[in-house]
Amino acid sequence: MGIEGIGASVVRKEDKRFITGKGRYVDDIKLVGMTHAHFIRSPHPHAKIKGIDASAALKMPGVLAVLNGKELVDDKIGNLICGWMIHSKDGSPMKMGAWPAMAPEVVRFVGQAVAVVIAESKNQARDAAEAVVVDYEELPAVADVKAAIAPGAPQLHPEAPGNQVYDWVIGDEAAVNDAFSKAANVVTMELSNNRLVPNAMEPRAAIADYDAAEEHFTLYTTSQNPHVARLVLSAFYNIAPEHKLRVIAPDVGGGFGSKIYIYPEEMVALWASKKVGRPVKWTGDRTESFLTDAHGRDHVTKAEMAFDKDHKITGLRVKTYANFGGYMSLFSSSVPTYLYATLLSGQYTIPAIHAEVIGVYTNTTPVDAYRGAGRPEASYLLERMMETAARQLKVDPAELRKKNFITQFPHQTPVIMAYDAGDFNASLDAAMKAIDYAGFPSRKAKAKSEGKLRGIGVSCYIEACGIAPSKAVGSLGAGVGLWESAEVRVNPVGTIEVLTGSHSHGQGHETAFAQLVADRLGISINQVQIVHGDTDKVQFGMGTYGSRSAAVGLTAILKAMEKVEAKAKKIAAHQLEASEADIVIEGGEFKVTGTDKKIALPMVALAAYTAHNLPDGMEPGLKESAFYDPSNFTFPAGSYICELEVDPGTGKTTFVNFVAADDFGRLINPMIVEGQVHGGLAQGIGQALLEHAVYDGNGQPVTASFMDYAMPRADDLPSFKLSHTTTLCPGNPLGVKGCGEAGAIGSSAAVINAITDAIGNNALEMPATPDRVWRAMQG
Amino acid sequence: MYQTTYHRASSVDEAASLFAKGSEPKYLAGGHTLLPVMKQRLASPSDVIDIARIKDLIGIEVTGDAVTIRAATTHNDVANSAAVQKAIPALAHLASTIGDPAVRHRGTIGGSLANNDPAADYPAAVLALGATIKTNKRTIAADDFFKGLFTTALDDGEMITAVSFPIPAKGGYSKFPHPASRFALTGVFAVKTKAGDVRVAATGAFQGGVARVGAIEAALKTNWAASALDSVTVSADGLMSDIHAAADYRANLIKVMAQRAVQAAG
Amino acid sequence: MSQVQLTVNGKAVSADVEDRTLLVHLLRDHLNLTGTHVGCDTSQCGACTVHIDGRAVKSCTVLAGQADGASVTTIEGIARGDELHPMQAAFRDNHGLQCGFCTPGMIMSAIDIVSRHGGQLDEATVRHELEGNICRCTGYHNIVKAVLDAAGRMKVAQAAE
Repeated sequence: MGIEGIGASVVRKEDKRFITGKGRYVDDIKLVGMTHAHFIRSPHPHAKIKGIDASAALKMPGVLAVLNGKELVDDKIGNLICGWMIHSKDGSPMKMGAWPAMAPEVVRFVGQAVAVVIAESKNQARDAAEAVVVDYEELPAVADVKAAIAPGAPQLHPEAPGNQVYDWVIGDEAAVNDAFSKAANVVTMELSNNRLVPNAMEPRAAIADYDAAEEHFTLYTTSQNPHVARLVLSAFYNIAPEHKLRVIAPDVGGGFGSKIYIYPEEMVALWASKKVGRPVKWTGDRTESFLTDAHGRDHVTKAEMAFDKDHKITGLRVKTYANFGGYMSLFSSSVPTYLYATLLSGQYTIPAIHAEVIGVYTNTTPVDAYRGAGRPEASYLLERMMETAARQLKVDPAELRKKNFITQFPHQTPVIMAYDAGDFNASLDAAMKAIDYAGFPSRKAKAKSEGKLRGIGVSCYIEACGIAPSKAVGSLGAGVGLWESAEVRVNPVGTIEVLTGSHSHGQGHETAFAQLVADRLGISINQVQIVHGDTDKVQFGMGTYGSRSAAVGLTAILKAMEKVEAKAKKIAAHQLEASEADIVIEGGEFKVTGTDKKIALPMVALAAYTAHNLPDGMEPGLKESAFYDPSNFTFPAGSYICELEVDPGTGKTTFVNFVAADDFGRLINPMIVEGQVHGGLAQGIGQALLEHAVYDGNGQPVTASFMDYAMPRADDLPSFKLSHTTTLCPGNPLGVKGCGEAGAIGSSAAVINAITDAIGNNALEMPATPDRVWRAMQG
Repeated sequence: MYQTTYHRASSVDEAASLFAKGSEPKYLAGGHTLLPVMKQRLASPSDVIDIARIKDLIGIEVTGDAVTIRAATTHNDVANSAAVQKAIPALAHLASTIGDPAVRHRGTIGGSLANNDPAADYPAAVLALGATIKTNKRTIAADDFFKGLFTTALDDGEMITAVSFPIPAKGGYSKFPHPASRFALTGVFAVKTKAGDVRVAATGAFQGGVARVGAIEAALKTNWAASALDSVTVSADGLMSDIHAAADYRANLIKVMAQRAVQAAG
Repeated sequence: MSQVQLTVNGKAVSADVEDRTLLVHLLRDHLNLTGTHVGCDTSQCGACTVHIDGRAVKSCTVLAGQADGASVTTIEGIARGDELHPMQAAFRDNHGLQCGFCTPGMIMSAIDIVSRHGGQLDEATVRHELEGNICRCTGYHNIVKAVLDAAGRMKVAQAAE
């Protein structure tokens, strides 16, 4: 590796603009003639709209229009789609109700938009919104997943009787039943996986600009995948054909999944821009984030694990109720199914697995993928089960895991996934060493003598990332392919632009992707510019989520680079009168091996563009593109161990140590990788200790601001001790696996395992608030 | 935020006369209570009268008997006042736990007390120390000042000008912060006065706002020691209950925070 | 409407704004200083942190009128030309930022922390004093490292002056 090549912890190119206040986020953009939108949102979780009277609002200063859901439907703006078809066990397709961008007749969660005011200023729009009178007829509502499927529950959508979207199964039920009938020990748990709010620090925003002469729209939006947004807006929402719609996602302030989806506000802004003939800007406030950004998790599960007399797992049976909220969001259907149940083998050899997942509508904000998406739920379930089993079987939790680890690869699990590589013992050993696992009992005893309750908790996770082979996901119901595209342009002066369909909203692509190019050509990353986030610049892309940008997006760049290098070598060989096979690329130069003959990259590039002296038949120019479709998922895995103390008086948890040993395959930029782990750990720990999106029994959100929803702050978290073990991913030429979600997937169980160890009571749910921990301590 | 008219007063009298002219006026000191409420459109004052730069309202004086803090003195200035740290260290400590550093740079003692948020910190100090609230019209004893949630003895247009805290023999404040808002989930201020009386006030816990805790006071009066509270049971009746803390947990916190306050007081 | 006059990043500025205008909106919408961000509605996230007369404050909880006559420093005003403020450099060198949205407020708070504590900073103090700034990307690990690093750099810079 060079000092800026693969494996180097290079400081980020993009940082200068962020640390000097020159980042360019959507809300920073002003267009000439720009107007402002304010949405009128339902205060009721479930109600009929009997009428909307905007007459007073229309007379207020600066108001240009008040538009409602009926007009939107009349203008044939399409309903929001769910892009992954899931079939129930009886073979029937999932049952979905319509989701218009503004409700024309019925609202199904608090915060759903019913109308929008467009005005000259943001304040005027908000002032006028209060003068719009919406006449609601309240309907009974239900927020809890079990209550929603109970007989007699309020019904949300006529298309989904009993509020049931699907009843999906995976695995071999008979084999599992057989395993349980022969089991020496069975561990049973009821688990809930708490609903979370992603809370990227930048609230969502959109600016829509309609050009009537060209019949062309430009949308600036807070998106993780602008091309997917354009595709969906065009193909399904009837906004404009793709060549008449440009989507730009400039600097985006965090996503964590919540900015994958195409939201009603973007659709309405586009539609309204054409209606009023001027650009329309909408910037959400934090309350709107809480009410309308897709939430995460929210499972209720019963799980049973069978062991033989040697403590080997013989079977796993899982039944999960997944709360989808009031509507099916874009990829929601896949999260508790193919992103969850396919990971239920974890790091363990489990001969038989059966899972049933029941998807349920409730009068709450729609739920979709949030950092980890299904995999944190699977990992939490398994790692709580393993810890509980160890306590029940009276064996060391680490030893029980080791006894059941998969050690031979490739390994086919009973739930679709074929793990390609890994060394689970290596990561667990590394974590145990880092935390001095063997010395824990004496530390616990010492803490006890000081009046503190100390606990330790292990969690060994595996995830399927780098989504995904398009053919595979297509066969499972995905509505899109999940490849990635790249274009490498060598300019005539030898500088390089890389256009990628991945999108960076904090992940550091502008640096890490440039490192690959620098590494291959032996040039500085400053000669490389990464271009992303604009459908007019980048040919196509599927965007960034599912820890896929390195494994899929960067591999696409590699494929394009290989084509560029092949052509450049031909040009260099021609210029140097040498054989193409003898050309090597080093230090930004094309050299003839074994000679001192060489030509610098800029001269090769110039030759390509002057075209005065190219090999016969070669096209001018030096620019290549590639589409890369992976052959398998990647399987990052690792072990996290948490040591903490509980204050017996208050139930408050304080971290003593948190170690992470991850196997992400090859690391492109270890500094960035570690940053990703830190952030993921914080979100997983936040889920374990602090975060919970709560609704009261009637569907009113109780936690719709940072006053009530506890975000992890600096003083809630420890510094982390990270280490890496490495097995290269055989599925892609770079050997990378992805690192974006691991921390969020693996950490929650480690925390809860440690607290329950400390207090000696296993009955504890997330978030383990001081109140809950104190209560568990009372017995 | 709704439309409003901003005024900056240069004296207490000017502020009061501006207040008298407004239709629904509000005084504005640090703004860290009023502005968040205005931003949510839960308050719509016709006029906001900025009193934060009135020189007579800023400053701290310490005598042998009392610490007097003028109303527009910021939490930061109280927390970092060497004189307060020496005279009533628990009071400086309390100020250092309010909000976060940026909030403490703006928020004021007068604003906090006039608002009387049930989870604010200062009311616990005022009640436990038996402070006197000075206004532009009169002085009000702490025991008469707090009248329930967001309600005080202040008349319309009456402005707190200073708060005078008697220096106790011993005093401690212990706060268990709300995990989200960082207000007090429960905070307890425990005081042993120079006359030997014991006063203990809890904030964040009671449905009616800050209040004294008789059971704790009785036990500490007998024996000023954390261990004296081991056998005390605090009733959960009248305590707040929410997703972060049920009433019985708050009852536990009152006792535990009281013990820690006593330990801190020495 | 009122006219407010103040000094921003060393320059005298004035603007006619509605009385309900918050300082953050004066900065962003009227003065085009968009480095100061709005991340919440409840004065908690700290993305809007600036300095007023040398003290860190949340500009979403200050009326523009309250800042009349004051000296305001924003993220755009702390570098000296091309020379980054030591805190900016430390955030970059320690990977103390990812998406960058909380970063301006984080840096302005961090400078305030170091200037109030001088060289007396330790990890626990930094974590406690960052209570009013929320980051969703970094888990704070590298932010804390950056602040401690910058504290050392600022001490050296001060000693050199």
